[in-house]
Amino acid sequence: MSAEKRAGVYLCHGCGIGDSVDVDALAATARSTGGVTVTRTSRAFCLEDAELIASDIEAQALDAVVVAACSPRVNRQVFGFGAVKVERVNLREQVAWSHPPREEATEELAADLLRMGIAACGYASAPTPHTQAHQRSVVVVGAGPAGLEAAVAAADAGYAVTVVEREPEAGGFLRRIHRCWPSRPNVDTSLENPHLDELVERAVSHPNVTLRTSTTVEALVGEPGHFVASLQSASGATEVVAGSVVLATGSEPLASEHFAAYGLGTLPDVITSSEMEELARQGEIRRPSDGRVASRVAILACDGPSDDANLPYTGTVASMVALKQAVYVHDSQPDAEVFLVYEDMQTPGFDELYYRFVQRQRGVYLVRGHVSSVDQGEDGHLGVVARDSVLARDVRFDVDLVVLDIGMVPTSAPSLSEPVNLHLKYLQGEAMPLERSGFVDSNFLCFPFETRRTGIYAAGAVHRSQDVAASRRDGAAAALKAVQVVEKASTGEAVHPRVGELGYPQFFMQKCTACGRCTQECPFGALELDEARHPVINPNRCRRCGICMGACPVQVISFPDYSVEMVSAMQKAVELPEDDSKPRVLVLACENDAYPAIDMMGINRLQYPAHLRVLPVRCLGSVNAITVTDAIQRGFDGVALLGCRSGEDYQCHFIQGSELLGTRMDNVRETLGRLALEEDRVQVLETSIADARRLPDLLAGFAAGVAELGPNPMKGF
Amino acid sequence: MSGRDADPLGGAVSDGILVVGGGIAGITAALEAAEAGVQVYLVEKSAHLGGRVAQLARYFPKLCPPTCGLEINYRRLRENRDVHVFTTAEVEEIRGEPGHYEATIRRHPRYVNDRCTACGACSAPCPVERPNPFDYGMSTTKTISLGHEMAFPMKYSIDASTCLFDDCAKCVDACPYGAVDLHMEEERIQLEVGAVVVATGWQPYDAGAIANLAFGHYPDVVTNVMLERMLAENGPTAGQVLRPSDGTPVRSAAFVQCAGSRDRLHLGYCSSICCLASLKEASLLLERNPEATAHVFFIDLRTPGTYEAFATKVLAHPNVRTTKGKVADILQDPDSGQLVVVADDMVAGAMRRLPVDLVVLASGMEPSLTQGRPAAEVAYDPDGFVAEGADGGGIFAAGCARAPVDVATATLDATAAAMRAIRVLRQATPLPAPTVTVPVP
Repeated sequence: MSAEKRAGVYLCHGCGIGDSVDVDALAATARSTGGVTVTRTSRAFCLEDAELIASDIEAQALDAVVVAACSPRVNRQVFGFGAVKVERVNLREQVAWSHPPREEATEELAADLLRMGIAACGYASAPTPHTQAHQRSVVVVGAGPAGLEAAVAAADAGYAVTVVEREPEAGGFLRRIHRCWPSRPNVDTSLENPHLDELVERAVSHPNVTLRTSTTVEALVGEPGHFVASLQSASGATEVVAGSVVLATGSEPLASEHFAAYGLGTLPDVITSSEMEELARQGEIRRPSDGRVASRVAILACDGPSDDANLPYTGTVASMVALKQAVYVHDSQPDAEVFLVYEDMQTPGFDELYYRFVQRQRGVYLVRGHVSSVDQGEDGHLGVVARDSVLARDVRFDVDLVVLDIGMVPTSAPSLSEPVNLHLKYLQGEAMPLERSGFVDSNFLCFPFETRRTGIYAAGAVHRSQDVAASRRDGAAAALKAVQVVEKASTGEAVHPRVGELGYPQFFMQKCTACGRCTQECPFGALELDEARHPVINPNRCRRCGICMGACPVQVISFPDYSVEMVSAMQKAVELPEDDSKPRVLVLACENDAYPAIDMMGINRLQYPAHLRVLPVRCLGSVNAITVTDAIQRGFDGVALLGCRSGEDYQCHFIQGSELLGTRMDNVRETLGRLALEEDRVQVLETSIADARRLPDLLAGFAAGVAELGPNPMKGF
Repeated sequence: MSGRDADPLGGAVSDGILVVGGGIAGITAALEAAEAGVQVYLVEKSAHLGGRVAQLARYFPKLCPPTCGLEINYRRLRENRDVHVFTTAEVEEIRGEPGHYEATIRRHPRYVNDRCTACGACSAPCPVERPNPFDYGMSTTKTISLGHEMAFPMKYSIDASTCLFDDCAKCVDACPYGAVDLHMEEERIQLEVGAVVVATGWQPYDAGAIANLAFGHYPDVVTNVMLERMLAENGPTAGQVLRPSDGTPVRSAAFVQCAGSRDRLHLGYCSSICCLASLKEASLLLERNPEATAHVFFIDLRTPGTYEAFATKVLAHPNVRTTKGKVADILQDPDSGQLVVVADDMVAGAMRRLPVDLVVLASGMEPSLTQGRPAAEVAYDPDGFVAEGADGGGIFAAGCARAPVDVATATLDATAAAMRAIRVLRQATPLPAPTVTVPVP
């Protein structure tokens, strides 16, 4: 450790550590290390003795503290001492609880982990937060139910909101909807008036809301806390500054070309569900061809084997639209007959109760199956032939009107002729990253607002397939994320998942080769290029994963408290015995999944080879190839990279981290080849947090494979 | 989460938000609100957070472990001093009006104080083995236990219903840190909050109430939540799917959908998640026992939108079979002892009999607040779910307390409820006028 640092080392005897290793010997190791000002031991530092650490910090002016005790996953606040760097050395879960006590290998492991922790302290400086951007305002794009709800929510919370709507009036697609289905059909089965005008009025009359209709976003620059949106309307161009953005541009019906087989576009009385809303708004349902009141209507769910294009967009909404529209027909003509053809009735939750209500309506016939043809019959009727899967035969009915239940495509979908675009002036492109069907989403499960464009949150039908009530909830939720990111930006803190992190990447530009790789690999588009093609960071877009740091071929990127140098110093702190019977394997472990899984081996008292040295990293994507090749060149017999699943169902919290590792490994293999070393000495092992019971074998297997290769010939050079 | 002492308030009152329930919805609501700068009191009745999701083996559709997302959330809690967590606690009463509520929290004794380091020394000498509720009784733990490896907070607790207390007290002597306190008393904590989020979640519907499905009658008839524990690596069978009756690997399983749901005699609504949960469990079964077959009996397969691709993939597996039709009976073959599923095959128009090793009942979701409702102005619908707060109210429901929903919807819902709660706070105590840089048109 560098001489100017003053560190305290605190070694705990508790929870079996004292029985497992010679704590006094470890204390002696600490004392003999440069920069260590004070060393203490305790039977349990997490109890009263935590105050000893606090008083040492004060009295000895320590700038770093090494707590060699339990895992960093516990007692986070007990061992939190303000701005003082705290390095946790995991002697409990990863030594005492997972290795045989008092054996030489266990003692060596503990000593190495301690040295690694002390080494890490030398490379951590207190970050200076980026606090320049603090605009307590939000731009909401789209004035449908989600956007209006977001606007009112943020405005009520004290934020200035500008709502941008491309149409001449607010309301979005809901303006075209006649009635909504009941949200609690177990209480009331009547169709609900969406009360759109009230929602619009609430937004428009709010002192904190400015509504700009017939306006589009032409460009968006900046970062959370300070975005500038260039707006364009008939009256000219203007700019709005906002701390964050809610994207609520809704959805539109899937293009009619996908429904040609049903006669849409050729038969005048074959209409779409949104056209049906228009008819219902006019009162009696009259068919387009001759204006006659429709008394026999077929509503086709379009969810059969040939409807692949429709299925991703029907969600839970389409079935309810069909049921609701059956009620429209009934309300228009009490004697009418409605044939509803469907494969699977997608009415989860309370919607089921509405389905049952409609089933009981006189004149409503539910036909389970799929449609084989729709033809113009004689005397103006349409003939619908369906394969009834219950009766296992074809059924035919003649109707006046056919309504096709058409899925709603998010306005962001690239398949649309003019997808909505915020025109982000980001190096990585103008469009928002999308999931496979075109929704603006990245991880819809645990963290529905985890976006790859920090500070821009999607809500409503552009986010996922959902109804009006759910869209409004989504709008309120997106407003919270929008408010939150502004508050965090004001203090320079990161948002999800490394919430509160202050340090952000710094660039040693003199050595930058302007290759641009960091700007391409950042999953969040945080980096732009200046005129010299050097990277420029937008700190509030950054999520602190360190992927840029892993990407840089010349290692010029580092965080104040996390860097290639720091990881390298930790690796170099591991003693590599020349004794061939003592191999050493470095394990670089993803902090969120692999590291806790290793901890849980300990919690379950499962054992793994004691010659492994676990070094947690923020993400495998933050591992620079040089870290791996340096370790091998130094003489580690093997390096395992333990991280999350990549690919379509990726589990990386930084989206691409484990994926990018693949390309980094190519460089590593090239170096190994140059050194005439076996490729198998370095391996990526895919793991998950639930793998505690699988890890002992996985790690032992890797260690055995390395052992078969024999000692690393580079050792001792 | 506030420091070592879980009672940071010392009986004082404070404004902020009360979140009732520490499952995925409650955790999400608490964190999202706190990260926007609001004080949050999170009250959980059991000894640990995580709720039902902590008991799941995997989430659909990514087949990823729920503990992965929980770990991120627990990390956020550890770092956040604005979320005050109360475990083994229940909300007894909420009085007042939006912006000004007074809540009475009843905290049951944990019998283990905050000196607990989770070293486990107490558990070894404990003589009492009790059925483990985390595994739905399929395993046992000592009466003083950590719960499970991902327990948060990572502190032991005592099951008062089985502890011998002073007649034993071995754990008291075994604990090196003076953490076991068999004389800990119940306490009441008063909180003053501006708004409330109810996220009390769900419980599995009592499968024993559906007489024809023979749950409780044959040991090889289990519920979906039980199978989920078997599939979990930290469960009673360490992830293996074994027949409860004889411990042999399951070669064939029948998934009985709508066991209680969509049935006017039981739960009238659809529980939303069971179709996807069964498809997920079927694919996990085939991953563990590649020779096995999974047979799903359903009325409608509800796998809407984004989930369609997942369903298609699972159903394409040659060992996954489906029958459209309701299960009428579960019988036992008198000769082989094997279970036989009798179902009305709607497509074939005939009754079908299928012998299987294991029957999995997709028992539905029932709101937890069918019992133990706090005294508060909360409206419930006839099924026991919390009706959505009307405008002007200050108590909001999130997740499965509001409606039967999947995790993705619950987390979104919880974020929305947190925002609605914050609005109530801000209207009672407004922020300074916003900084606006909007040019005048």
